[in-house]
Amino acid sequence: MLRIPCPWCGERDVGEFHCGGEAHIARPSGADTIDDDAWAEYLFMRQNPKGSHHERWSHAHGCRRWFHVVRDTDSDQVLAVYLMNEAPPDLPGRSS
Amino acid sequence: MQKYSIFSLARNALTRHENWREAWRSPDPKPEYDVIIVGGGGHGLATAYYLAKEHGVTNVAVVEKGWLGGGNTGRNTTIVRSNYLWDESAGLYEHSLKLWEGLSQALNFNVMFSQRGVLNLAHNLHDLRELSRRVNANRLNGVDSEILSTDEVKAFCPLIDCSPDIRYPVLGASLQRRGGVARHDAVAWGFARAADALGVDIIQNCEVTGFQRTEGRVEGIETTRGIIKAKKVGVVAAGHSSVIAAMAGFRLPIESHPLQALVSEPVKPILDTVVMSNAVHAYISQSDKGEMVIGAGIDGYISYSQRGGFDVVEDTLQAVVELFPTLSRLRMLRQWGGIVDVCPDASPIIGKTPVDGLFINCGWGTGGFKATPGSGNVFAHTIAHDEPHPLNAAFSLDRFSSGALVDEHGAAAVAH
Repeated sequence: MLRIPCPWCGERDVGEFHCGGEAHIARPSGADTIDDDAWAEYLFMRQNPKGSHHERWSHAHGCRRWFHVVRDTDSDQVLAVYLMNEAPPDLPGRSS
Repeated sequence: MQKYSIFSLARNALTRHENWREAWRSPDPKPEYDVIIVGGGGHGLATAYYLAKEHGVTNVAVVEKGWLGGGNTGRNTTIVRSNYLWDESAGLYEHSLKLWEGLSQALNFNVMFSQRGVLNLAHNLHDLRELSRRVNANRLNGVDSEILSTDEVKAFCPLIDCSPDIRYPVLGASLQRRGGVARHDAVAWGFARAADALGVDIIQNCEVTGFQRTEGRVEGIETTRGIIKAKKVGVVAAGHSSVIAAMAGFRLPIESHPLQALVSEPVKPILDTVVMSNAVHAYISQSDKGEMVIGAGIDGYISYSQRGGFDVVEDTLQAVVELFPTLSRLRMLRQWGGIVDVCPDASPIIGKTPVDGLFINCGWGTGGFKATPGSGNVFAHTIAHDEPHPLNAAFSLDRFSSGALVDEHGAAAVAH
């Protein structure tokens, strides 16, 4: 079973968490000028990688706070945890 | 192709069944094909079959990184139905259901399609209204569908606890009598055998590692068994669609999630239909071996691990036991996960890609098995004619730019 290390509460069962999907998706600027393809990129297109994935999690049945996780989607191994206002950590040997 | 019949069975019985020929060849890849299909699941094999059968394109290879039907084709709960809400979906899924009805004869392979009916239960007023709306939409589209009251549900499927004092009482249901189940392995094998007989090369243990392109046009694929040239390539890679798309240099609106299923120990026949419930989230049928076949909702995170968590299994079994108290002491035999390619609107993507000559069929999410023959049929048309079939024109990749989404979260009946 997947266990998620909450930065505040420690490692807990995945059932306590809600996964918020891919992280670091920036809303495009110039909303009144960008075209439909740019909106589609922002709204719908995803990396969905087989490997390192930066994603957001919320400790829904715990402290209810959001944080970032880097997880290997092939092995489900959690590689790093960092806060919402932090930059993604460097993970040697892994491309994001 | 060695035709299967009562006579061939009797003839082979005389020689102790030692002279059956293999159902399909395992050739080495040729240097070049007219069309290569990436992915040897049901949809990919069906595409190859219909390319050869209906469009005369026989210089075709299907490359599969593992074994035939070893992905989602062999991992689903085999439910077949066509009671989708929107006209576009009703057309596509009903086309598929009609092909199912003649598939065993067409393929000369028993896919054990059993039209035992599919019940979708309603547990609250909103469910009832939503189901009624969908049943009405179905009937306008010529898809058989009807509403049952609680008493009618009880009469149709006595095993369901229809008492008013369960946590989420059954207030009614929709029923598609032409829906049912099929034997999933047989679907892959039947399409493979029929496609092979028409000249299609089926190449297993051959993983795609990249694409060869010139000026935005695909020219071939790089695989673990070398480079294979192709005029056109069709990608039918389900959970790995985004990985393949990344090799070709574009992105998809797809997220890959584990979807789990499990089966119980076999028991005598007690459930002669398929029961699905959106609200409590359970779907269940009984296999011909007697096992109760149970499907869960997706795990909430992206994963390619084909596992999933026990919390999802637990939620599902709680719902099953509430609806079917009879089953509370059944032991579960096996649990597994498949990786489903979930689209934002719970509808598939079938059509062209930004790369010329490269076509994609993906995004079937939690409900692709039912569409296997129809999906292959329209995708073969799309590849052969460089234009979508009228039934899949609405399911293009550019609907995510145009905004013409086909929202089928209600009819998908599996939690996303």
